[in-house]
Amino acid sequence: MATIARPLTQDRAAELNVLVRKQRSLWQDALYRLLRNKAAMVGLAIIILVGLAAIFAPFIAPWDPILQHPDRNTYDPFWGSPQYIDHRFILGTDQLGRDILSRLIYSARVSMIIGFVPVTLIFVIGVSVGMVAGYAGGWTDQILMRVTDIVYAFPDLLFLLIIMATLRGTDVGKFGGGLPLMFVAIAIVNWVGMARLMRGQVLSLKEKEFVEAARCIGATPSRILIRHLFPNALAPAIVAVSFAIPSAMLTEATLSFLGIGVIPPTPTWGVMINEGFAVFTTSPWPVVFPALCIAVVMLSFTFLGDGLRDALDPRMKI
Amino acid sequence: MLSYVIRRVLLMIPTLFFVALITFVLAHSAPGSPFDKNENRPLPEKTIERLNRLYGIDQPIQVQFALYLNNLVHLDLGSSLVKDRTVADIIGSEFPVSAQLGVQALLLALAVSLPLGVISALKQNTGVDYASLLFATIGTTIPSFVIAIFAIWIFGVYLNWVPFLGWGRGCGPLPSCDWKRMILPTIILSLGAMAFLTRITRASMLEAVRQDYVRTARSKGLREQVVIVGHVVKNAMIPVATIVGPATAGLITGSFIIETMFSIPGLGRDFVLSINRRDYPLIMGVYMLYATLIVIANLTVDIVYAWLDPRIKLSK
Amino acid sequence: MALLEVKDLHTNFFTRDGVVKAVDGVSFELNAGETLGLVGESGCGKSVTALSLMRLIPQPPGKITQGQIVFDGTDVLQMDEDEVRGIRGNNIAMIFQDPMTSLNPVLTISRQISEALELHLKMDRSEARKRTTELLDLVGIPSAKKRLDDYPHQFSGGMRQRVMIAMALSCNPKLILADEPTTALDVTIQAQILDLLKNLAQEFRTAFILITHDLGVVAGMTQRIHVMYAGRIVEKADTGELFADPKMPYTWGLLRSIPRLDERRKERLVPIEGLPPDLIAPPPGCKFEPRCQYRRDICREKEPDLVAVPGAKPDHLARCHGTQAGGWLVDTDWRREIGDTRVLEEIKQEVASVPAEAAKTTTADLPPELTQKEGI
Repeated sequence: MATIARPLTQDRAAELNVLVRKQRSLWQDALYRLLRNKAAMVGLAIIILVGLAAIFAPFIAPWDPILQHPDRNTYDPFWGSPQYIDHRFILGTDQLGRDILSRLIYSARVSMIIGFVPVTLIFVIGVSVGMVAGYAGGWTDQILMRVTDIVYAFPDLLFLLIIMATLRGTDVGKFGGGLPLMFVAIAIVNWVGMARLMRGQVLSLKEKEFVEAARCIGATPSRILIRHLFPNALAPAIVAVSFAIPSAMLTEATLSFLGIGVIPPTPTWGVMINEGFAVFTTSPWPVVFPALCIAVVMLSFTFLGDGLRDALDPRMKI
Repeated sequence: MLSYVIRRVLLMIPTLFFVALITFVLAHSAPGSPFDKNENRPLPEKTIERLNRLYGIDQPIQVQFALYLNNLVHLDLGSSLVKDRTVADIIGSEFPVSAQLGVQALLLALAVSLPLGVISALKQNTGVDYASLLFATIGTTIPSFVIAIFAIWIFGVYLNWVPFLGWGRGCGPLPSCDWKRMILPTIILSLGAMAFLTRITRASMLEAVRQDYVRTARSKGLREQVVIVGHVVKNAMIPVATIVGPATAGLITGSFIIETMFSIPGLGRDFVLSINRRDYPLIMGVYMLYATLIVIANLTVDIVYAWLDPRIKLSK
Repeated sequence: MALLEVKDLHTNFFTRDGVVKAVDGVSFELNAGETLGLVGESGCGKSVTALSLMRLIPQPPGKITQGQIVFDGTDVLQMDEDEVRGIRGNNIAMIFQDPMTSLNPVLTISRQISEALELHLKMDRSEARKRTTELLDLVGIPSAKKRLDDYPHQFSGGMRQRVMIAMALSCNPKLILADEPTTALDVTIQAQILDLLKNLAQEFRTAFILITHDLGVVAGMTQRIHVMYAGRIVEKADTGELFADPKMPYTWGLLRSIPRLDERRKERLVPIEGLPPDLIAPPPGCKFEPRCQYRRDICREKEPDLVAVPGAKPDHLARCHGTQAGGWLVDTDWRREIGDTRVLEEIKQEVASVPAEAAKTTTADLPPELTQKEGI
């Protein structure tokens, strides 16, 4: 009646229990899936490129972006017919004789700043308010929900238009080329979305056993929030941030295009389109290039965001 | 059902009140009055005072707000500070143009996105699906004014297929009107909503297709078309319906941009212009109109939603 | 001639991680009016078997790769789509596990029942409606006529399962497949539903296959029982015979884990240690070997055949080296014996050491069987 005593090997364990087949943590697994996503990687590469261009703009840009070359108004890009091009201006000049390439590069700066500063604000405010409201409940939660209801009822752009239109002429609005006002405006409109997301996360997580367990061993609410709930609610927040960044950039571009965003001569892609649009039909390039930049950057962020979402939470759809 | 609708309509009032309040406060915290714009030829002090009095700008702000609210209730939106017309008059003449553009765009968006989303989900991971996903991604990602630039550049200027500026005079939904001018703006305005709705429809269909009741339907021996149309689509439309509200709101804000770019003499273009001119009554009038429209759109969507989904109890 | 004859059925799921052999060579027969219990743990392939019979396996990722399903003399696997549809709901009907999700939430129940009547029996709307009322009465829905136009959410779980039964019976099928019909219900309701199913099947002379993980459920319900493990049938016997004289350690394990009121001694319930094997790379020998307390070297080397066992009725088959003629378990009394305690300890140790690592796994690493279940 002898039985075989065998050493415990991985194979043996695998026979016993299918769950050991793969051992990766959530984050490793997400990273693995993200790295395998080609579109997301291309998007990331482009974003890094644009980021580098933004950081090193003074070294890369061949010209001062607001310097006007009065000798001739509009040069075509280098592939145009010889009498309309100038080798000093690779992508040509706009109707005020400014180098388009340099303006595009400096515009990336504004876009990146607009993408990251307000989104940091949104993240910090939204996550803290949302988590506290979700965990504490009661009146904090009530107020948050009422505010989000009102903000959600209206398109962001409509509200932003009003804020920018009215405050742009003030000293606050003129400060720093209009950028700080736009940071605040974008953050005000968008933090509620993040807060609502985190509230929902916390509401569902706080009923889970691990929170119960933490409470049982006497962890303080702040410790539970920071050490237990935050890491678990982080994945959707990261996905939301990856979509909030391009949305903030787009807001700037739209407002600047409508002439109520960043104050010229600060170059941004939106400002460039706004300035060039009047003569767009006769000289399209000063408008087409920034439009192309917006399109490419927006697509890159979307691919990256989609990739992140698929990697972090395969169950989230749409 | 009726009591639900009445309650929802009543709930619109506080929302709109807050919208009016916020707009009003913001508009009045803006610097300067509309009459000190021209720095080279300042108006005489007395004229400005008289103008301010005429438009009620010298009153304390709460009195102005009360006046404004009172007027709002009587549908009196005041007079434009720049044009010699009342706001109601301007809205009356310009809104039909915007409405036509908006309705055309919404119908186009629905007509394309719903079938496309359904087909895309049913043919998941095929060429059709990838193409429609690509379209949906591009349409939701690239802003309409950028798409408009490329469209005008390619179809209007380079290929010269369609006229792209303006909007035929007195144009209605008649064959005699200059419909060619409407093609580009309508398509471009609808693209965002179209792409978004395609994406939602597809996702919603994929979700519905893998539900247990679909397997039940198949186990009854129903034909695949009957299963899809009778069981899957009806469920899949519920989430889609909720998106039509935000999509309508998106069309409204999109119309500002599209009307401005295509020089369409609608309310959206005038709204953008009036923001630059600080024409407060017009800004607030248009804003209130659009806010009301969006609230009504959301309400309609909620009612349609309740009608589609028997699990929602309206009486509660 | 048998009503249903399944021969060497193989159903595979093609996943990113490999081919899951969910049903791996299942054969059985069923006569008209006969009742059969298909028993096993979750993931053993019993639901997939049932879905295969109706060709309802989602494809991709699933595919019936081999075998025959002869129903009423015709091979279902050779039929074209239209012919299969003519059988579904008409000759073979299915009752699903979760009545909460198996009914369409946006259609009235009369619509959902009439649909099959109009399709297969060519009734017009009013006839179908009348028949639906009768069916709802039959399955014990109070004031059925008034509830025709109600939606599923207006019914309780038990009532919904009655609706499902009415739906299954609607076209007078020759065979009903009931896939865990009571698992999602309250214990008190379970018995009612099982009784209803049994009585109606008897009344209508319908054969049925009851699929469950709970041997207790099939005890009073079916004439025969087939026990499945890892995509294969490991034991076949008449119900009484199986409970009295099971011939496979896996069945012993299942029986030991049922709480019994009629047991004389106060025995402790003994769980089967470990988990079912990975169906992508199953153990080479007997599929149950890694969890078996009676295992010997041969179990790991060669898979036993499903054959008649000594000392039992001729139609009692088991798949075990130990209980086959000349095996070391032929005379073992499973009720007294708890098995080789040394092996039991060994298994316990191994099992205990495994979850420590497995705890880190994410949803993506769940066994494919689990992830697919949602998709089926």
